[in-house]
Amino acid sequence: MAKKPRVKVPKKAKAGDIVQIKTLISHKMETGNRKDKKTGKLIPRMIINKFTCNFNGKEVMSADLHPSIAANPYFAFYAKATESGTFDFTWTDDAGKSVSASGKMTVS
Amino acid sequence: MSDKKSLLPDLGRRDVLRGAGLGVLALAGGGLTTKEALATPESAAKALSSLTGGGNITDGKVEVKLPEIAENGRTVPITVTVDSPMSEGDYVKSIHIVSEGNPSPEVASFNLSPMAGKAEVSTRMRLGKTQNIRAAAVMSDGKVYGGVKEVKVTIGGCGG
Repeated sequence: MAKKPRVKVPKKAKAGDIVQIKTLISHKMETGNRKDKKTGKLIPRMIINKFTCNFNGKEVMSADLHPSIAANPYFAFYAKATESGTFDFTWTDDAGKSVSASGKMTVS
Repeated sequence: MSDKKSLLPDLGRRDVLRGAGLGVLALAGGGLTTKEALATPESAAKALSSLTGGGNITDGKVEVKLPEIAENGRTVPITVTVDSPMSEGDYVKSIHIVSEGNPSPEVASFNLSPMAGKAEVSTRMRLGKTQNIRAAAVMSDGKVYGGVKEVKVTIGGCGG
């Protein structure tokens, strides 16, 4: 569905730190309100409607998205560093297809 | 002509010239469809109420950050910050964003946990016209707080 996502996770953090995570994925986020200029027909809606971020299997943040989210959805949010591990990110679109990415963080 | 160009930034000069007549029709049509289905302050309030469980929404604790003026409504940065310690016993469960002037009121709902550490989320949204953007946060004790920000939009970004 979408192209390879980009995620920014700090490689290292101290226990107790609050770290910022940024993600970006290429997706046109077709709203379903736009008309094809040639045929005059509505272009069907096709957006990423769900985004999740888990750390070592536990949910840090998840989001339900609507067509008002801009194309190439960007998210920035925070996580508390408690232990070393992996952030897993998943984006799911209206067709049910999903794309995943991950980032490792070492906590000292 | 310059007016048309600014409305249709994706079209080349030749396309604009060739499709000038058609373009006017398409714009008129698009305008009609969005007018019919546009969210209103009432529908936004209703959507926010149903997203947050139907209880009272108290003003405060929720800050919506948006530019004062969005020149291009296609992609506008928005950050919502909630005043919360984000501890195991007192945290923000969810943050909901609604629009009072886009084709549909719901924008996004974020579910958080104490693992987030800080109750702040940022994304980029579309803005169809000058409007208020509202956000509400559901706390772990069930209380709901809300905030609002007006944003002026020069060029709408919801298609049409």
